[in-house]
Parts: sequence; C-alpha cells; structure tokens
Amino acid sequence: MATHLKVSVWRGGKDGAFQSFEVPREASQTVLDVVTHIQRALDPTLAYRFACRVGMCGSCAMMVNGVPRWTCRTHVDKVVQKNELTIGPLRNLPIIRDLVTDMREFFDKWARAKGEFRGHATRQDDFAKVRPDSAPRVQADAGIECIGCAVCYAACDVVAWNPEYLGPAALNRAWTLVKDERDRDRIERLRAVAGDAGCHACHSHVSCTERCPKALSPTAAIAGLKREVAKAVLHGDL
Amino acid sequence: MRQHPSYWAFVVHRVSGIALALFLPFHFWALGNALQLEGFLQWTQQPLVKLGEWLIVVALAAHLGGGLRVLALEFLPWRDWQKSLAAAAAAFALGVGLAFALAL
Amino acid sequence: MTFRGEARLWIAQRASAALLALCVAVHLVTIVYAVRSGLTAAEILQRTRGSIAWFAFYSLFVLAVTVHAPIGLRSVLGEWLGWRGRSRDFALLLFAALLGWTGMRAVLGVFA
Repeated sequence: MATHLKVSVWRGGKDGAFQSFEVPREASQTVLDVVTHIQRALDPTLAYRFACRVGMCGSCAMMVNGVPRWTCRTHVDKVVQKNELTIGPLRNLPIIRDLVTDMREFFDKWARAKGEFRGHATRQDDFAKVRPDSAPRVQADAGIECIGCAVCYAACDVVAWNPEYLGPAALNRAWTLVKDERDRDRIERLRAVAGDAGCHACHSHVSCTERCPKALSPTAAIAGLKREVAKAVLHGDL
Repeated sequence: MRQHPSYWAFVVHRVSGIALALFLPFHFWALGNALQLEGFLQWTQQPLVKLGEWLIVVALAAHLGGGLRVLALEFLPWRDWQKSLAAAAAAFALGVGLAFALAL
Repeated sequence: MTFRGEARLWIAQRASAALLALCVAVHLVTIVYAVRSGLTAAEILQRTRGSIAWFAFYSLFVLAVTVHAPIGLRSVLGEWLGWRGRSRDFALLLFAALLGWTGMRAVLGVFA
C-alpha cells in the first residue's frame, strides 16, 4: 500500500476545476476522513458538508470517482483506483462552492410532489389503527426511511435530461403518503406526481435503487405511482 | 454509476426502439410494393442488406425483451430477481438473432 | 400536455406494448420460418393473399405500431434533443399518420 493517495477535488463553482492533493493513506480510512484531512491540514479554504459522520444524516453525500455516495460510509479501500481518488459535488444540483451544492431545488421538488402528510383526524378523534402487515402499510414502510440525502437524485439520468423531473426521492415520498391510509389527499397527490415532470418520466434505469444508501427502492415506488395514476384516470377520478 | 444491468437494458431498449422507428416506414413501403416482391426479394440477397435485416431482427427481439422487463417492473410486485430480467431479455434477443442468422 | 394526457399516453403505450409483445412473437416465428424454408415471393403471397385471419392480425399489428412508436420517440426527442411542446406532438402525429398509411398499404398489398 502506497503511503499517499493522489486526490482530485473539485474547487470553485460550475466553472471551477479539479485540484490535486497528496493525502497520507491510513490502514482504515473513509473518503470523509480524506476530505477532512485536506481541509484541516492542507487547505482550510475547502468547503464541504458533513454532520454525524456515522451514516445517519446523509449530509456528506458527494460524487466519488463519478458515483454518488455517503463519504463517511465509503472506505477508501473500496473505491480507490491505482491509488487515486476523484471527489466532486453531488451531480444534478447547482454548486455553491467546491463540494457544497444548493439543495433548494431538491426540496422544492419534494414540496411540489406534495411530500407532506395531511391527515383528517383531530385531537378529539381516537388514534388511527393501522395494521403494520396490511399491504398498503408494508409498501409505505418500504420507503419511509428516506433521509433526503439526494444520492438518488444525483444518480438519476432522467433528472439530468429533464430539468422539471421531480426525481426519485420526491416521488418515493409521495408514494409512501399515497399508501398511508390516514392521509386524505390521495387524488391531489396523484395529480401532483402524474405527467412528464412526474412518475411518467421514469424509464426504470434503477440507478436510484442501486445507489440508495438506505437500500430503498424509488423505482418500485414510482412504478406504484404509475399504476395508481392509471387506475385513477380510468375511473375518472383525476 | 451506469455500470449495472438495468441501465444497459434501458440503453439497448431505447437504441433498438429508435432503430426500429426509423426502419419501419421503409419496411412498410417495401412490402407495399408487393407486386414487385420477387424483384425486391432478389435485392435482399445482397450481403449488406442481409446484415441490415439481421440487425433489425436482433433489434426487434432486444426491444421486446427490454419491453417485457419494463412491463414486469411496472406491473409485477417488486422482487430482486427482476434485475435478472435484463439478462434474460438480452439472452432472448441473442437467441432470436442466432436463429435468424442460421436461416440467412 | 396536461398530466391527464400524459397518463393516458402511458396507458396507451403499455397497452400497445402488451399487444405488440404477442404480435412480434408471432411475426418473428413466422419470418424465421419463411426464411428457413426459403420461400419465394410467389410462395409467400400464395399463402398470405386472401387470408382474412392474417389480414386482421397484421392490421391490428400496424395499429398497435402507430400508437407505440410515436409515444416511444416522444421521450427520446424530449430528453435527448430537448424538443418539447406542441411542435413535437404535431410532428409525432404526422409520423403516426405516415406509419399508419404505409402500414395499411403494405397489409393490403400482402394480404388483400
């Protein structure tokens, strides 16, 4: 094992460039460790995001050798190629600076897909009794662990090709709410996710599911939305 | 990021679809001249034309395989084996292509 | 296009796909058989002309193609060429008409 890694890191905004650094290689080292070392020991002007550094918050998502990953959960050994690493900001999002992207569009699309629970019960009503093994609940549960890290959004080529596309995370969230029997806005949600900006733009590349660090399947969720929208259109509900 | 079977299946599906869409008007036009079918069939004996025909048959089989994959993903309950569908689709396309090649 | 329209296009695309899966399977088997048997044009036309069953089958085939191919191209034009809006849909309608006309001309030529 060589003593140093050759690391190319994106600097600047959209019109920036990769800058090269030599980082000491450790026996057990994550990509976040590498970025941290650069900022602390080599160049304090490097901008990057992280928070928990233990694989729970999703803040440290970046492009590592062209693939979106959580850098705190990516061991250098698993991704290094010929002792070299390339680290860049998440794809498909505007770059603020260096490794930091502007996440507003990601969350705006979440809102446009109506990713917000709306119940019809009040504090006067009894608790909703939802069977955890009911088919809709099982389907919803398969997608609720999303923490909005945008790795799927960065992995998706349709997001790159279609600026209006809501993206896998927003659509996955919409699906979990469509399948939530306590939710009252089903038809409004289906209206929000149908169309060229919504579920119908998905071509099942399955890149989102491949890359999701929580092993969720936006592909399955989006397929479910397609079926629900078709049913609603055929019943004249939409 | 694009190094997985489902993505390749998508690319094959799309490229074969484009090829078929471009080819079909010519195919229909040629068949519409059925009265001159003998002369047309003579023309199809040329090696370059045979190669083209073989590519079209493979494209058709590949597009069908990819289409079945999409239909399975969208309508059947989600299962991991659906990834292998991409492989099955490819195998099917190759099989048909071979059958046609042997016949040429 | 409205989201309702897009949803209907999706339904039409999947329905025509299911129908085409059957038609293409039959077509491939038929073509490979004809080529392997070394049929001449006269022999092919002898088997196909006047056949109501084959005429109906291939008419359905052509109809399914005129629905399926333009909708398929629509995504490609939008995503890879950035072509969206009414002009794209109008062009695709023309393409559908072209497929339908040349297709039925072929069906009539071979099966009528």
